[in-house]
Amino acid sequence: MRQELICITCPMGCRLVAERTGEGELVVSGNRCPRGAAYAREELFAPKRTVTATCRVSRPCAGDRSCAAAETASQALDAPRRVPVRTSAAFPKDRVPELLARLYELEVELPVERGAVVLADALGTGIDVLATRSLK
Amino acid sequence: MKEMRFDSAVIGGGAAGMAAALELAARGLSCAVIEREGHLGGILMQCVHNGFGLIEFNEELSGPEFAERFEEKVRKTAITPFVGTTVIEIENEGAEKVLSCVSAGLGVVRIRAKAVVLAMGCRERNRGNIRIPGSRPAGVYTAGLAQRLVNIEGYVPGKDVVIIGSGDIGLIMARRMSWVGCKVHAVVEILPYPSGLTRNIVQCLNDFGIPLYLSHLTTNIYGKDRVEGVEITPIENGALMTEKAFKIPCDTVLLSVGLVPENELSKTAGVEINPMTNGPIVDSSLMTSVPGIFACGNVLHVHDLVDFVVEEARRAGAFAAEWLSGKRPAKEVRVKAGPNVRYVNQSRVDPSRDNKLYLRTLIVKNDALLEVKLNNKVVRQAKKSHVQPSEMISLTLGPAELEAALQVPDSVLEISIQ
Ligand SMILES: Cc1cc2nc3c(=O)[nH]c(=O)nc-3n(C[C@H](O)[C@H](O)[C@H](O)COP(=O)(O)OP(=O)(O)OC[C@H]3O[C@@H](n4cnc5c(N)ncnc54)[C@H](O)[C@@H]3O)c2cc1C
Ligand code: SF4
Repeated sequence: MRQELICITCPMGCRLVAERTGEGELVVSGNRCPRGAAYAREELFAPKRTVTATCRVSRPCAGDRSCAAAETASQALDAPRRVPVRTSAAFPKDRVPELLARLYELEVELPVERGAVVLADALGTGIDVLATRSLK
Repeated sequence: MKEMRFDSAVIGGGAAGMAAALELAARGLSCAVIEREGHLGGILMQCVHNGFGLIEFNEELSGPEFAERFEEKVRKTAITPFVGTTVIEIENEGAEKVLSCVSAGLGVVRIRAKAVVLAMGCRERNRGNIRIPGSRPAGVYTAGLAQRLVNIEGYVPGKDVVIIGSGDIGLIMARRMSWVGCKVHAVVEILPYPSGLTRNIVQCLNDFGIPLYLSHLTTNIYGKDRVEGVEITPIENGALMTEKAFKIPCDTVLLSVGLVPENELSKTAGVEINPMTNGPIVDSSLMTSVPGIFACGNVLHVHDLVDFVVEEARRAGAFAAEWLSGKRPAKEVRVKAGPNVRYVNQSRVDPSRDNKLYLRTLIVKNDALLEVKLNNKVVRQAKKSHVQPSEMISLTLGPAELEAALQVPDSVLEISIQ
């Protein structure tokens, strides 16, 4: 079986050809460096992607009138309504939709610090999802 | 009216502004950073994808992480940040620059400084700039605006999306819109090759099966109140194939058709603009045509990597500090963009020290040759395995290459790519 793919490890973007031999081995050509062969192996057998997304935030004072009144109108308007997050490592590609669905259900309580774990051991992969911005 | 005085003032609190201010503060100068938005960070705050800081931090960070690391450094210094404050005019008053600023909290403020660093970033080209015919329905956004709506404000602007332009912002938004549940039907590019990085084509289009139409022009946008579709026409050998035009139904169009440095404000101070970059013309110390006003980052020329923005901004800050201490270059050599070079970021180099230059090519080529000539004599050649207009090229030239210019008046340095 012969497959063509593009290495995304670095901006060179080498065009790779991967061929599976009879013994189930993978022969890679077209790569300008060894990382290309490793990429082809991973991409064909267990593709992974770093996932970034945003989660809803819940301000502790939301709904509390005394607190809402303390905020000036302009602060309330330009206060971000999503907190950005990313996976701590590349995540199995076929499970990305499932991960996103889980992240969109989350509500992150403020304040949150950059680097805080918003979802630990996501879908049992051992990979955490971290906040990438501090929000008050 | 309130007046304040600083040694230096930086306009714009994005990556460039923060990096320049840190250099000024490190040299013991008082410094104000004036930022229109309610927080520092600039465009990085809406770039929640990863891919930032590989050079600066040797890590792949998201935009907000990169920005916050800089903001933390700024907060540890004596830099005075003014957020939620817009500069509306720059005037030259003797040896001082006077910045007229407005903010909700402070009202109108005049900030006086002896040196000013411009770091206002850039804005997106819009539908008017590229003249797409058709009606004027709701649902046409620039990609960066859509990015802000989705990533910060939490609004998804449509369901069925077509993206015009294959620059990195458009590609990143194709993935983002897919990840928030939209269907992206196509990315349409007028050129025969994509303007974004190959890795973004793979990660942002191929992963989602989004077709990329190269050499295709958007010839119409349909819809009365809301976008109903776009008409796409192939280009073959430079001619529009009107009989092969087709329609893609959609309710949202995102435009990713280039960025323009934000220089309306610079013009109020009399800063001269380079028509090739739409940014100020700067000398070997990144100083504009107005003495004491420096420029860096996307306001100077559009960068593709924040790491380069930061590198350039640090130099602008350091040069501004040197200028304030009275240092001036003894001699400068004029820089000329030669064959196949669209522009070089600065118009002069200083032959007595190292000069880091950024340039863009006009061509797409593998195994290209970059050549530098001083007064028609080749002083440097460098092989480039791949060049394309969307990837900035950097180059450092020092006394070894430039020394000969010291003997020749009106020397010219020409950079070309073959
Ligand atoms: C959508 C997008 C995706 C990108 N993706 C990547 C990537 O994956 N990797 C990477 O390395 N780089 C990426 N970049 C490039 C990089 O992030 C930017 O080039 C860099 O952050 C620009 O920094 P800057 O400080 O020059 O401009 P900006 O961040 O735009 O900062 C300019 C600031 O000036 C302020 N301002 C403007 N006018 C005024 C005024 N009159 N008064 C007061 N304040 C004012 C603005 O509010 C803004 O905050 C991306 C850029 C964009 C737009
Ligand atoms: S094979 Fe090596 S050089 Fe080619 S794209 Fe991959 S990492 Fe880069």
